[in-house]
Amino acid sequence: MSTNKKELAVAALRNGTVIDRIPSSVLFQAVRLLGLENSKCHVTIGNNLHSGKLGTKGIIKIADTEFPEAVLNRIALIAPTAVVNTIRDFEVVEKKTVKLPDTLSGIVKCSNPKCISNNEPMATKFEVIGHDPVMIRCHYCNHTVAGKDAQIL
Amino acid sequence: MSSNSLVSISDISRDEILDLLDRARYFEENPNSKILDGRVVATLFFEPSTRTRLSFETAVNRLGGRIIGFSDANSTSTSKGETLKDTIKMVANYVDLIVMRHHLEGAARYATEVTDIPVINAGDGANQHPSQTMLDLYSIYKTQGRLNDLTITMVGDLKYGRTVHSLLMAMQYFNPTFNFIASKELQMPEEYKEFCREKGIKFTESTDFSEDVINASDIIYMTRVQRERFTDIMEYERVKNLYTLHNSMLDNSKPTLKILHPLPRVNEIDRDVDDNPKAYYFEQARNGLFARQAIITRALGIDPRK
Ligand SMILES: [Zn+2]
Repeated sequence: MSTNKKELAVAALRNGTVIDRIPSSVLFQAVRLLGLENSKCHVTIGNNLHSGKLGTKGIIKIADTEFPEAVLNRIALIAPTAVVNTIRDFEVVEKKTVKLPDTLSGIVKCSNPKCISNNEPMATKFEVIGHDPVMIRCHYCNHTVAGKDAQIL
Repeated sequence: MSSNSLVSISDISRDEILDLLDRARYFEENPNSKILDGRVVATLFFEPSTRTRLSFETAVNRLGGRIIGFSDANSTSTSKGETLKDTIKMVANYVDLIVMRHHLEGAARYATEVTDIPVINAGDGANQHPSQTMLDLYSIYKTQGRLNDLTITMVGDLKYGRTVHSLLMAMQYFNPTFNFIASKELQMPEEYKEFCREKGIKFTESTDFSEDVINASDIIYMTRVQRERFTDIMEYERVKNLYTLHNSMLDNSKPTLKILHPLPRVNEIDRDVDDNPKAYYFEQARNGLFARQAIITRALGIDPRK
């Protein structure tokens, strides 16, 4: 039974991207980070699926789309465990983990209302200061926030 | 962006700190000169701070430079909705250096990114105020004859007090021992204690402003405990007098001890301390002039000692 469910959840994709092993609690943040809310492609989102290591996990499948590495790596901010599968003609041609960049520009909103970045028309900028757990620091006001709590723009 | 800008004390190295201190020493011996002749400095105070502005403007005047600027944002186009970027770009057309204070945190950092003119941060909200740190360092250096191996006791509001945070960061190169004395609500934030552990800096932490701590100190750095920092007013009433320094508490302190305070003080240092030769807070403010002359000349790439 469980095998059938699993197969259903990852139903075949001819071409596109499957992002797996996203912790359930941050799945919808990951959707936002990829800008999928406005996507016209066929997007399948599964959540609270059984996962040995994570307890439950989420999965995102996007048909006919491959993302630039820089975009995929944004996911590492909230889901360092995520695995990206590139599918071509039903085959997984590439499988890789996400890697957090050293700086994040225009992705996260600073949580400090007195930060210049919240009061001036400008791009935000954060520096990654810790990886386990992920911690980021505003380049302008120096406020720090955990990656999982970061407000996605 | 100009590399001569000074936004945060953590932007500069140990050698640069020592160079600034040596410049400050030079300006204390030679406070008046014409080395800024022909230079124009903007003092942009988007938020009023008379004390800091007068100190910077005196520093420029005594070196023969000229000043333009404003002392609060109401008199500028900022009040008409002009962005900080546009104000900085406009002013940068006229001057050689911008000294700015702003109520928004990160404003000075952002200003350095929109102009090639050097920018000195004269305070950005609760964030950074490096010229205060330089005057603190210069005061310590001058009164102790060194920066290395000193015991520095910080008292009062260690949670929100940006001056103590910046001083802690700047002292990392000089093997200090810190004592952090504060009520439970206002203790040194974990990130700074973690910084000390990483750098191998010794520190103790206590809620008790005891004589043992005072007697072991080379420097006592007092800060203001503000009522509005407390979520529980009863707690404020309970602790407000526990962190007041009285002259009698200094009886067995080191002869070389000096008491520092960024000013203005309210009641955290009793007035009976003022006449004690260990009280240094008024001279400390005067050192701000020399520290700022040092920072200004560095920013302009002028070395007065040559
Ligand atoms: Zn910020």
